[in-house]
Amino acid sequence: MNKTRYSAFKVLKEALTGHKGWEPTWRDAEPKADGYDVVIVGGGGHGLATAYYLAKNHGITNVAVLEKGWIGSGNVGRNTTIIRSNYLLPGNEPFYELSMQLWENLEQDLNYNAMVSQRGIMNLIHSDAQRDAFIRRGNAMLFADAGCEFIEAKEVKERYPFLDMDNPRFPIKAALAQPRGGTVRHDAVAWGYARGASDLGVDIIQNCEVTGFNIENGKCLGVQTSKGEIKAGRVGVCVAGSSGRVMAQAGIKLPIESHVLQAFVTEGLKPVMDNVITFGAGHFYCSQSDKGGLVFGGDIDGYNTYAQRGNLPVVEDVCSGGMAIMPSIGRARLLRMWGGIMDMSMDGSPFIDSTEVDELFFNGGWCYGGFKATPASGYCYAHLLATNESHEVATAYKLDRFRRGAIIDEKGVGAQPNLH
Amino acid sequence: MIINHPLLGPRDSEEFVYLGSTDLINRPTNWEEEASAEDFYQYQYIRENIAGDHQELWYHEQGDQSWLVVTRNTLTHEITNVELAQDVSRAMGRGK
Repeated sequence: MNKTRYSAFKVLKEALTGHKGWEPTWRDAEPKADGYDVVIVGGGGHGLATAYYLAKNHGITNVAVLEKGWIGSGNVGRNTTIIRSNYLLPGNEPFYELSMQLWENLEQDLNYNAMVSQRGIMNLIHSDAQRDAFIRRGNAMLFADAGCEFIEAKEVKERYPFLDMDNPRFPIKAALAQPRGGTVRHDAVAWGYARGASDLGVDIIQNCEVTGFNIENGKCLGVQTSKGEIKAGRVGVCVAGSSGRVMAQAGIKLPIESHVLQAFVTEGLKPVMDNVITFGAGHFYCSQSDKGGLVFGGDIDGYNTYAQRGNLPVVEDVCSGGMAIMPSIGRARLLRMWGGIMDMSMDGSPFIDSTEVDELFFNGGWCYGGFKATPASGYCYAHLLATNESHEVATAYKLDRFRRGAIIDEKGVGAQPNLH
Repeated sequence: MIINHPLLGPRDSEEFVYLGSTDLINRPTNWEEEASAEDFYQYQYIRENIAGDHQELWYHEQGDQSWLVVTRNTLTHEITNVELAQDVSRAMGRGK
């Protein structure tokens, strides 16, 4: 592999020599006739990260990533780019903290500018009960070395004067912040992992839809695709959003419903918000992109769907959440809105596990928290695919946890996927 | 989305609360048996998650508080049939 290292020197050199030395970021491959040790279904952030860590951490390079469209065309390019590790439950928090640590070193590791910006995330508190709950969560974060900061109302007001502190229904009483949280340029995560994996020998095969699994005597031997049959020693499905459709081809039903989550961006504005702010009394989260647009989102639409578009009631709900904490947002015009499909699991937590079919593995159920998990998801899935054992921070993410009563329900709403 | 309520005519989906697949009508009745644990697990947690025509339960919370069975395509959001859930439930041989 001829790996071009990106650096300021390289940019300068290319600028002076007519930009003739740039190469494609990754190698576009076609399926090999004799198959692969591992085939990963799904060329999104998680699938590409899995391929990268399989090659880098475990030395398994005879790997293909199959993508139905183009890489990064799913949820890794549709999210609101937020990263954080402010979870409460022991099944989740160490996993998301590993993810945060991987984000912190991602660009050095990949030699790729993913614009990781630890600008901080601030969750607003609107009632005394919520203050208690957030202090508990803050303590859980401190236990996991994730770090947190409790900010009293006076200081919240000083830092963010545009917030409506004395809103009669949703007064802002305080905030819990994670200074290490922030945002990442989401497309660059897919491209960076693709480049890293490709350089280590992984085949990235685009426009290659999986249409079936070759299963004999309970063992998966490969996949059927729009580019023909591909033999595989092991298959890792990693298609959150489409998990129901893909796993149905293997005859496996999941504790998952597919739902649509919408996201929004306003026209470009002057710098107003230097962090990520979330509303605690409804569902609204917002940050400002480097281009100036306010990027925000809220609840899922709430009904089963595989259509990558939503309906207007949730648009109104999300925007009214924004108006409740920062009325000035009402003056901004929406530039774009879009939808992505979420694997909503029965307890709001994901799966990284083997399945009832030998050599067929499953990664999914990320609900609407998959982007921040990308590095750790790939890291732990690669560990599972390489060693047959769950990584120590992902041991709770088993498919049979509902049967055992070992649910990981951060929100405590039970087996009602559209409420997580 | 507009849901064509069998009694009230076309109503905005915003008036409704969504529960999930019509499979949720079929709560296992063998709760006294040891083996029912597996049936309840399947009932409570495992979903078909259909891509295509999906029969699902909607509750008309801001209307007449009836439960409806709506047949809706999960790829296009097109609604092709709406029935009262009690009629569907009775046709399955269950109570209302």
